[in-house]
Amino acid sequence: MVIIDVIVTLFLAAGIFFMFTGVIGLLRFPDFYTRLHATGKCDTLGEVLIIAGLLLYHIYYYIYEPLYIYHIEVLLSEKLVPIKLLFLIIFIFLANPTATHAIMKAAYKTGVKPWKLGEERR
Amino acid sequence: MNAKSGKGFGILVTFCALFLFWLLLSGIFDAFHVGAGIICSAIVALISHDLLVKEKGDKMLLKSFKFVIYLGWELWQIVLANFDVAYRVLHPKMPIDPLIIEFDTSLRSDLALVTLANSITLTPGTITIDIKDGKFLVHAIAKKPADALLVDKTMQNKVADVFMEW
Repeated sequence: MVIIDVIVTLFLAAGIFFMFTGVIGLLRFPDFYTRLHATGKCDTLGEVLIIAGLLLYHIYYYIYEPLYIYHIEVLLSEKLVPIKLLFLIIFIFLANPTATHAIMKAAYKTGVKPWKLGEERR
Repeated sequence: MNAKSGKGFGILVTFCALFLFWLLLSGIFDAFHVGAGIICSAIVALISHDLLVKEKGDKMLLKSFKFVIYLGWELWQIVLANFDVAYRVLHPKMPIDPLIIEFDTSLRSDLALVTLANSITLTPGTITIDIKDGKFLVHAIAKKPADALLVDKTMQNKVADVFMEW
């Protein structure tokens, strides 16, 4: 019981760390495109690590208490939670880079000038 | 296989995928919810079966297998990308030198192009801006990640290998 708590906490902490670097990058980087680098990448891994931690916790719960599956009074939709979390991970991996790319393309088409080394930050 | 049975196959596969998805997400198995699931999946499958199953390509099984192996490599690249960005963000001097690069690929199918574009966005220091006729426009955060795409071409070769398009 303690070991799984430690592992899950590590997953959550790593996820929060990457989200945190994403935010710092958003504040520190000089222009639109470089800011997207920080948020587009750190968000993906941060969110996925947090969800993976929750997923591990659920899977452990099923192994630790296998009879849980046969409890009649628990709704079946609640027992399907790990599968839904897995779907979340897959869709974040698909949607996040696509959305980043779409925002990037829109900015490029409207003519936002990329920042070059030595220029002032915008 | 003629065109008509190919279409039926597409509708059937789409219907099964949608209905399985419905069952897993709802988790309620009474007559009303399952019936509603069947009706909704059937309508969506009839309208948009050509989105999911485009053509019955050859060697789909081998391609899917190679794709799974590629996903493993890609996951590792994503972890590297995040450490790379974290390093650049937290370094006091912020070692960035953004530039926009352009390169050609031999890939032509939509799925291969999308895979490559999403992979570029997820891996260290590069984001795809635009694709036109297999020509990629990529924003790189520094010189080194740009060289990985322009000179080494590891990722292009891997994607080409997965979809067998050289």
